[in-house]
Amino acid sequence: MSATHLSEEVLTRARELVMLYPHPRSALIPICHLAQEQDGWLRPEAITEIAEVVGITPAEVLGTASFYDMLHTEPVGRYLVSVCTNIACMLRGAYELVEHAESALGVRTGATTADGMFTLEDAECLADCSRAPCLQVNHRFFGDVTPEGFDRLVDDLRAGRLDDEVPHHGTLVRTRRDGGLRVPAQEIAAERERAQAAAAERTRAAEAADPGGNERPAASAAGSGS
Amino acid sequence: MTVTDAPKIVTSRLGREDSHTLAGYLATGGYDGLRKALTMTPEAVSEEVNALSLLGRGGAGFPAGRKWAMMRKAPTSYLVVNGDESEPATFKDHLLLERDPHQLIEGVVIAAYALQVSQAFVYVRGEFALGLERVTAALNEAYAHGAVGRDIFGSGFSVDVVVHPGAGAYICGEETALLESLEGKRGFPRIKPPYFPAAIGLYGQPTAVNNVETLSNLPWVMTNGSGAFTALGAGRSTGTRLFALAGHVRNPGVYEVEMVKTTFRDLVYAPVLGGGIPGGRELKAIIPGGVSAPWFGPEQLDLPLGQDEVAEQGSMLGSGSIVVMDDATCAVRAAWRITRFFWRESCGQCTPCREGSGWLEKILRRIEDGEGREADLDLLMDACDNLAPGVSWPPKQTTICVLGPSIPSSIASAIRMFRDEFLVHVKEGGCPHG
Repeated sequence: MSATHLSEEVLTRARELVMLYPHPRSALIPICHLAQEQDGWLRPEAITEIAEVVGITPAEVLGTASFYDMLHTEPVGRYLVSVCTNIACMLRGAYELVEHAESALGVRTGATTADGMFTLEDAECLADCSRAPCLQVNHRFFGDVTPEGFDRLVDDLRAGRLDDEVPHHGTLVRTRRDGGLRVPAQEIAAERERAQAAAAERTRAAEAADPGGNERPAASAAGSGS
Repeated sequence: MTVTDAPKIVTSRLGREDSHTLAGYLATGGYDGLRKALTMTPEAVSEEVNALSLLGRGGAGFPAGRKWAMMRKAPTSYLVVNGDESEPATFKDHLLLERDPHQLIEGVVIAAYALQVSQAFVYVRGEFALGLERVTAALNEAYAHGAVGRDIFGSGFSVDVVVHPGAGAYICGEETALLESLEGKRGFPRIKPPYFPAAIGLYGQPTAVNNVETLSNLPWVMTNGSGAFTALGAGRSTGTRLFALAGHVRNPGVYEVEMVKTTFRDLVYAPVLGGGIPGGRELKAIIPGGVSAPWFGPEQLDLPLGQDEVAEQGSMLGSGSIVVMDDATCAVRAAWRITRFFWRESCGQCTPCREGSGWLEKILRRIEDGEGREADLDLLMDACDNLAPGVSWPPKQTTICVLGPSIPSSIASAIRMFRDEFLVHVKEGGCPHG
């Protein structure tokens, strides 16, 4: 029996992520997203195991994670409702929408409903300003949200009618990379050598063709064949 | 009002339902630009891009070709795509990531070939879940198609591309903070010099960092030639550009228009673009290039959408977002909300920004709430002066990155343009706009 907190699948995917980067620590944020996919937030047990996979200390994991709004070191509701209140949405009624959301859900921004279903937050610009006021539920967009539209959305979420569109909190990217890197390190180095040799050859050719010419090779002339 | 018939360079296939799929992309000339680039030398591709005067579309407007030319020669170097679009009211890269991910991937591979890098990273803002899914799916298709990976289209050139999700931090749009984040650290901007990641970037290696829209131009340029690109626009501002129009307009949205030949007035009022201000209202002010930019009034509407033209008038095209505010908008509230944004997003490294943003937010809040004093206007400007001495444009730097010194833009604009409105708030004990 596995004694790990993170599932074998998550750990396997985490180790695959590490392989995509020249330095393992680069995989830290993507792996934190994976841990949230399992738990909805970053549990201390998960942080310890992430640290092990990446090869840093749990404190370093927490130090990075605590910087980012999307990485949660406290439990989050099943649905994180992020209402944008930045300038473009504010001009089109975002604060009125927040007020409505607070009374509809019975919580202030920053809080989670007693049943653990919804966490409400006021968000900075989510970059969907043509449909202001907009919001995200678990980072899926909803635009031109009216108070009535908000109530319908909450009903649909509670009833599970949007489960295909809105996965539970933490599931960020449902599409997975097909495979690892295709360019082996030694091939990368060899390719670089080939390119440098070719460039040197072109320089020599350019100098031979124009001995008294520019100090830089006439690269544009070499490539203007089309 | 005129809207030129310039071709759509980066939004040509957005009308198609399948614009995000390989099938849709190939049916519309997809990967032809890359095939052509691979028949040229890397240097020739670089020269072609340098000839464009392609001003970076991320916010700083630095020419992409010059950025590339500064790359220090080293055995290992990287290409990083900045898709951390977070400047308020900027939503153009969001569109490109979701609706035309192959165009971006093709641009990435063209750039990787020109720079001869073997690994590229596409850093996408974490909140763009669908964008991340679309780019990942497109990348899988591109690998299978032979457009990414080993021996691309039989050319002998190989590059791997990795999609990397962010996790919610505005500051990671600053390129050195983005690199820190990509290294798995807090998004703290790096101390300058070195000024450019082209010298010391990802893992200390030379790194080209380019914006999503910038690279999305490259497939078209390779297919149509740099001459077709530079024939559009004028001066240094060549080609077309995406403008994200938000706020009080009938048709908010992302519009690709010819640079310089189009004006702010065209963008806001042309029926096929913004369509004017709804509700019979008049224009009060526009924020021309993201909320870091000083505001413009109605008298600047006829300014052309050109980088230098806007800079000469004391603001910037920045990230290509334009916020329209009608005459019912409270200037104090607008300045407060923008300042609150900077306060929340300050990374906290530098004292003027970390402390100054909070002070400014609180003072603006109390004016808006009717608890302000007349002396608060001077206090605001004094605090702004601590962030950016002289409160001039472009701002003088007091901090590691430009976030802090950008905070005074909206406050100084609001006070300069609508001083009376601040005084009414103070005298009447609250916001006259309700």
